[in-house]
Amino acid sequence: MSDISVDGSKRRFLVTMTSAVGGVAVLGVASPFVMSMMPSARAKAAGAPVEVDLSKVEPGMLIAEEWRGKPVWIVNRTKEMLDMLAKHDDKLTDPGSENTAQQPEYCKNPTRSIKPEYLIVVGICTHLGCSPTFRKELGPADLGADWPGGWFCPCHGSRFDLAARVFNGSPAPTNLVIPPHKYLSETKVLIGDDQGAAA
Amino acid sequence: MQKLLNWVDERFPLTTSYKAHLSEYFAPRNFNFWYFFGSLALLVLVIQIVSGIFLTMHYKPDAAMAFASVEYIMRDVDWGWLIRYIHSTGASMFFVVVYLHMFRGLIYGSHRKPRELIWIFGVIIYLVLMGEAFMGYLLPWGQMSYWGAQVIVNLFATVPFIGGDLSEWIRGDYVIGDATLNRFFAFHVIALPLVLLGLVAAHLVALHEVGSNNPDGVEIKKLKGADGHPLDGIPFHPYYSVKDILGVVVFLMVFSAIVFFAPEMGGYFLEANNFIPADSLKTPPHIAPVWYFTPYYAILRAVPPILGSQFPGVAAMGVAVLIFFALPWLDRSPVKSIRYRGPKFKIALTLFVLAFIGLGILGVLPVTDLYTWISRVLSVVYFAFFLLMPWYTKHDSYKPVPERVTDK
Repeated sequence: MSDISVDGSKRRFLVTMTSAVGGVAVLGVASPFVMSMMPSARAKAAGAPVEVDLSKVEPGMLIAEEWRGKPVWIVNRTKEMLDMLAKHDDKLTDPGSENTAQQPEYCKNPTRSIKPEYLIVVGICTHLGCSPTFRKELGPADLGADWPGGWFCPCHGSRFDLAARVFNGSPAPTNLVIPPHKYLSETKVLIGDDQGAAA
Repeated sequence: MQKLLNWVDERFPLTTSYKAHLSEYFAPRNFNFWYFFGSLALLVLVIQIVSGIFLTMHYKPDAAMAFASVEYIMRDVDWGWLIRYIHSTGASMFFVVVYLHMFRGLIYGSHRKPRELIWIFGVIIYLVLMGEAFMGYLLPWGQMSYWGAQVIVNLFATVPFIGGDLSEWIRGDYVIGDATLNRFFAFHVIALPLVLLGLVAAHLVALHEVGSNNPDGVEIKKLKGADGHPLDGIPFHPYYSVKDILGVVVFLMVFSAIVFFAPEMGGYFLEANNFIPADSLKTPPHIAPVWYFTPYYAILRAVPPILGSQFPGVAAMGVAVLIFFALPWLDRSPVKSIRYRGPKFKIALTLFVLAFIGLGILGVLPVTDLYTWISRVLSVVYFAFFLLMPWYTKHDSYKPVPERVTDK
């Protein structure tokens, strides 16, 4: 055996090739395992739209509905609440809803809604996904005398006004998300599907 | 008996391993109080594995059944309450001993050359432990489990470009749900414990290869006696096995006192909101992570969004943990132990410990403007300890290091 010369470069080549081919095989075998962790077909199908009757929401009240496992709030804003909205634009990060990812085109308006009084918004903080607390009272002690009503996130202190627009200095970078929705009748709304209205 | 031993030794290195790691592993003779915590960490690992195995016999990893199955363990399973409280107390005590163990390394320079790899294995163990604790905390499926997981998984969603897909991949759903609970259970009971055991083995093999550091930070292997053993070394067994048993006894007294008298530890080991089943529509009014994560949570909250992205805060939190890896190379001092270091390092270390504890306290408190500013100051102190280390360790005054270990 000892008189057989070893071709070092050939050996290195074979080791490299074997490792490379083996590495490709490992990646190939790993991919089904990695992909098995993505949302399953059942999880994807669970995102069906939800129909809500607005007549049960009294003025100044909030109800929470579940859509795709997330809370969706429906607030019936009073005239006083709507009048407050225009008074603090200078304190908001995005008063004109310029960030198009946060609402459908038909809600890019000062009230961020189709009908001014009904705000329909996903109740998940854009910071790290907590559900903010509805604080509609004006100027409570813990939020300061100039608090115009809105939401306060208990996790990291983000503040939103009654159009779910984020105040400057909050950890949340953007306004809360307005889901696609469509009025089926005067008091019935379909949340999660606007049947192409945005296009 | 001897014949049986011979028979085994010819087939498996039993006697050799026993000598190499116990009866003829020479450890410095001057170990003090701080050297209890390594063996205690090993003890807690065993406690967690054993109590965990028995919990899985009754627990159901299903969003509809998980909360009730934990209550079932607490009320209907014979001694179930004890096993669960041992496991929940063990989680917190794991971090207590690991933090003290890491502090020991910091003051005596156990991370310095030639023990960098021991330190790196240790930091990886710490990271895996954080993952293990985080995933375990989702399993009771209470309000804190749910919203804590929601916040932490959403940290990954802030990563630019791939964040959204990444967080969906982790959750297996658009929000924390049954899929998330099921996979966290798999990671918590199988994947991470296996990784943890492998890392602990690597940590110990590396330690026994290089040899233990000691409170004087001198290398005992430099001076060997006529028998070839270090002059300042004593066999681990029986000397340190007996010493560690004392540590185990005292530790178990504290551990049992917590398990029997204060398993919730005033809401710090088990949070009150976690006795309410998870509700995906309502965040509890005040959410805070369990105490061992709060320093990093405070750093996360201290960093404001930059250019409309929360990622800088998340990155700061990640770096705050990962920066421990760089410690062996950031420290430029000619000595290892704090006993021979100068005032600059001592001041820096004191400020760092105060910042770490301060951030830990702020992390459980609600957000106010004042607290946010204090958190920012303490976060700067935290990072300054690491980032300025090459400077202040280089320009410090040092005392001469003795040739051999001292008896103080």
